[in-house]
Amino acid sequence: MPILEVEHISKAFGRTEVLTDISFSLEQGQVLSLIGSSGSGKTTLLRCLNFLEQPDNGVIRVNGETLFDAQDPATQKVAEIRKKRLHFGLVFQSFNLFPQYTARENVMLAKKLLVQEQPDFKARKKEIFREIEAEADELLRQMGLSDRRDNYPHQLSGGQCQRVAIARALALKPDILCFDEPTSALDPELTGEVLKVIKGLAVQNTTMIIVTHEMAFARDVSSQVIFMDEGQILEQGRPDQVFNHPREERTKQFLSRFTEG
Amino acid sequence: MELFLEQLPIVLRALNTGFLQTLKLFFVTLIGAIPLGLIIAFGSMSRFKPLSYLVKMIVTIIRGTPLMIQLLIVYFFPGLVLDNPIWGSGESGRFLAASVAFIINYACYFSEIYRGGIQSVPIGQQEAGLVLGMTKNQIFFRVTLLQMIKRIIPPMSNEIITLVKDTSLSRIISLQEIIWAGQSFMRGSQGISGAIWPLFFTAIYYLIFNGILTVLLGRLEKKLNYFR
Repeated sequence: MPILEVEHISKAFGRTEVLTDISFSLEQGQVLSLIGSSGSGKTTLLRCLNFLEQPDNGVIRVNGETLFDAQDPATQKVAEIRKKRLHFGLVFQSFNLFPQYTARENVMLAKKLLVQEQPDFKARKKEIFREIEAEADELLRQMGLSDRRDNYPHQLSGGQCQRVAIARALALKPDILCFDEPTSALDPELTGEVLKVIKGLAVQNTTMIIVTHEMAFARDVSSQVIFMDEGQILEQGRPDQVFNHPREERTKQFLSRFTEG
Repeated sequence: MELFLEQLPIVLRALNTGFLQTLKLFFVTLIGAIPLGLIIAFGSMSRFKPLSYLVKMIVTIIRGTPLMIQLLIVYFFPGLVLDNPIWGSGESGRFLAASVAFIINYACYFSEIYRGGIQSVPIGQQEAGLVLGMTKNQIFFRVTLLQMIKRIIPPMSNEIITLVKDTSLSRIISLQEIIWAGQSFMRGSQGISGAIWPLFFTAIYYLIFNGILTVLLGRLEKKLNYFR
């Protein structure tokens, strides 16, 4: 069974249709790259998966459980959306780290709030917090940021901020980790360190959906590539297929801009 | 000169007593207006349009009319128009009326500062909180609030310093604050009359107190410089 099934998602802002009949599925441990020009709906699709936007139509299923169905208001209750979101993690283009917290606190904050809802929280508070701290330190170590854990975001480079943001998303152990142009706000020099971290996650079979303009990276890391144009999926397949043997004229045209020069 | 030195202790004692009332009004206004301003700010940002329009209208009226008139209305309206003098006639009644007028007035000004502060925190902060499974309350108190406080300290400092001086307006309803105390020596009090210099002396009290406030607020601003 696929870990994620998206069926017939549509979304319009006013009269502008941003997503039209989007369907795809993703297996556990796969990496899906979404490519396409700006305004093609990639980011909106990620935001729909993370419940930051509500699709007008369609169904989203994770591990067979229907998280969202536009036809079924029971799946749209605000209180439950908060829990459903936790199936997904989202790394933003502009990091959105919390500036008043250190790297380590950024990674721990949401988890520390979440465990307060556990029935055994009061009795085991110290123990639970110690576990969370150990996990955060381990995540920051994986991101190569052990010596930066007590720094505030403004004391970190863009690449370091984005790695903290990745650790923060991973701390909640999402089923599917989404990236919204994770390197677009970075200097070319800093892009590499973030891409390396994401590649490392792919090697560990983290299920990921990545919106990116880094074509070489997408070809390298993905098990599946979707090319979007004007809110529709124009082409999808294995990276070799989409990048080397695109069927659609529009895909060829889009990719040619990245291979020239 | 000899006469001045003789009168000085009497005047200072009276001014001290008056300034205590000034301080009381200042602190009571802050304690009331800081939280009330937040409620008004949320009201004016409410997605329930009738509420937001109503709150915005009240804020416009309060900010568009002189505080002195508001003081007079709050103090005299219940007795003269409603025939129900809820404030009583003593100093404590005047203080209560002045507090109500000041709290409402300053809460409206604060609410606009808060609104600006809340709206200046990037929407991405809220979205980051949401995707991490935080509740709206958690996002406000753990993420937005401190960033907002950092941004509003400079404009709030301005308003707070203005408030210190604005308390003198309560003289209009004869609250016995420091201006009233200074003026009493013009009319004649404790054997001193026709003296205008005690009134000039009150300025020193305001200046010293505002100096202390400026230092404290500056420190608070510095304290929040640890993040950007």
